[in-house]
Amino acid sequence: MNMQNPRQVYGETLVELGRENQNIVVLEADLSKSTMTCLFEKEFPDRFFEMGIGEANMTSFAGGLSLTGKIAFTNSFAVFAAGRAYDQIRQGISIPKLNVKIVGSSAGLSDFGDGATHQSVEDLAIMRAIPNMTVLVPVDGIETRKMTRKIVDYPGPVYMRLNRHDLPDLFPVEEEWAVGKAYLIRDGKDVVVFANGIMVSKAIGAAEKLAKEGISVRVVNVSSLKPIHESEIIKYASDVKGIVTAEEHSLIGGLASVITYILRGNPVPIMTIGIADQFGQSAHSYAELLEAYGLTEVNIINSILKLVGRI
Amino acid sequence: MDKVISELEQKARMLRVNIVKMVGIGQKGHLGGSCSLAEIVAALYFYKMNYDPKNPHWEDRDRLLLSKGHAALVQYAALAEIGYFSKEEIGRVKCLGAMLQGHPDMQTTPGIEANTGSLGQGLSIACGMAAGLRLDHRKSKVYCIVGDGELAEGQIWEAAMTAAYYKLDNLIAILDQNGLMATGPIVERYDTNPLVEKWQAFGWHVMEIDGHNLQQIIKALDQADTISGQPKMIIAHTVKGKGVSFAEHNATFHNNDLTREQFERACADLAFRENL
Repeated sequence: MNMQNPRQVYGETLVELGRENQNIVVLEADLSKSTMTCLFEKEFPDRFFEMGIGEANMTSFAGGLSLTGKIAFTNSFAVFAAGRAYDQIRQGISIPKLNVKIVGSSAGLSDFGDGATHQSVEDLAIMRAIPNMTVLVPVDGIETRKMTRKIVDYPGPVYMRLNRHDLPDLFPVEEEWAVGKAYLIRDGKDVVVFANGIMVSKAIGAAEKLAKEGISVRVVNVSSLKPIHESEIIKYASDVKGIVTAEEHSLIGGLASVITYILRGNPVPIMTIGIADQFGQSAHSYAELLEAYGLTEVNIINSILKLVGRI
Repeated sequence: MDKVISELEQKARMLRVNIVKMVGIGQKGHLGGSCSLAEIVAALYFYKMNYDPKNPHWEDRDRLLLSKGHAALVQYAALAEIGYFSKEEIGRVKCLGAMLQGHPDMQTTPGIEANTGSLGQGLSIACGMAAGLRLDHRKSKVYCIVGDGELAEGQIWEAAMTAAYYKLDNLIAILDQNGLMATGPIVERYDTNPLVEKWQAFGWHVMEIDGHNLQQIIKALDQADTISGQPKMIIAHTVKGKGVSFAEHNATFHNNDLTREQFERACADLAFRENL
């Protein structure tokens, strides 16, 4: 399966957008070689703003740029983009619906070595709680590119969370991307897995293995956490024996919260896979860390087997 | 020039009258930090800035942001005098659904440039505006008023570094140094001095004036236009509550209500008769 790095794709897409639209500006807090905004800096130095290691000022400054008609992309690690700049995002940007795109890079546990300070387990919860904010989690490079292009024409603040690592291409190349839509990646009839980010590929792996056991698994990529077309989620969950949610985020405030809320009153049993109200930690590899926090294909398989009464 | 000054003095008095009317009787309002800015805001709107109230989003306008957003009343007072909106709005300030919110809201109020009020953020927003205007080769200037209590916010100094680094000479900040934070004198509670040396060290061109002396204010604003290659800071020494006798130098009226007697006294101080 083809693999792409979402950060690289994002950086290249910004350059494309910069060529097409003079109003695109990019702001950075001294992580450009990691977030890959260095590509934009190289091509458009006048529209690139190095703001130093100051996320709060960067975010408000981006608001100011947007007030002169610019479409501003702010960049940092997700934990800082959403955490350090929370109040700036809330007060100066989200209340007046400014056209600022906040990109949280190296999100979730994907910055495995740096430990709890650099791993974002609650960024999506924080951003979802802010009125007027759009919250997105692309599944792969293909969706990262489509999403990055689309949000330029989508007015208002957007938070987009990017993984640090290469991810397998899963998003249908020909499919048009739209804010709020959930994407069927694999159809099935017994159990539905609602996932986003890296957990979609884990769900696909689980579905392939369970197909051999005669269990049919539907996988839905919920890349728009907010807004979200509730009717689509209800439709995908309407004809199955069980529902699983899988996310690289705290179980508080992320995908599990979104899905269980939408399906409130629904009698179909739901199991949730995510980070159980705890911080991350350092590890020698991303895979090791995902396993330690239960964000695995095996865990999805076991959840599905329980839901269909096989264990 | 004397005529210009005396007209601006009258404008400043009218701004204070509007502020007192907006605070009204029995409702809390940020009287002190609004009144300290009356001359400065009068000079900006009625002497210095280019704008068009019929076209609030005119791209070549100059912008004024109150980083100390709690002083919104003084800006509302000016915008109402100019005709950005009906003066009737003054009587509805902070009512449910009102155009004039407790802190500046660009969505509801014509002439308001940004949402400020969470202190420390407005100067960063002003920097971003100045940078955006420069990208488009516009001549517009961005004026940003910060409070001395607000200087405790670290983000102010992040913005100060940014403005100097990017040589934002279309940015003019005005520091309302009224010496009082909400709970008392700054020098006793959380001293943000020395200010001239700090702003100079951060790379700004610094001027120091009496913020109630219109001659000094317009001279500084004009002089600011002649300085290129760096952002400009006008440190304005002011009196919190200026013009309302019992509120001057009095932190109690940072955000407080007026009794009927106090309201009448304030109107008398400002030589204004209000039919109650």
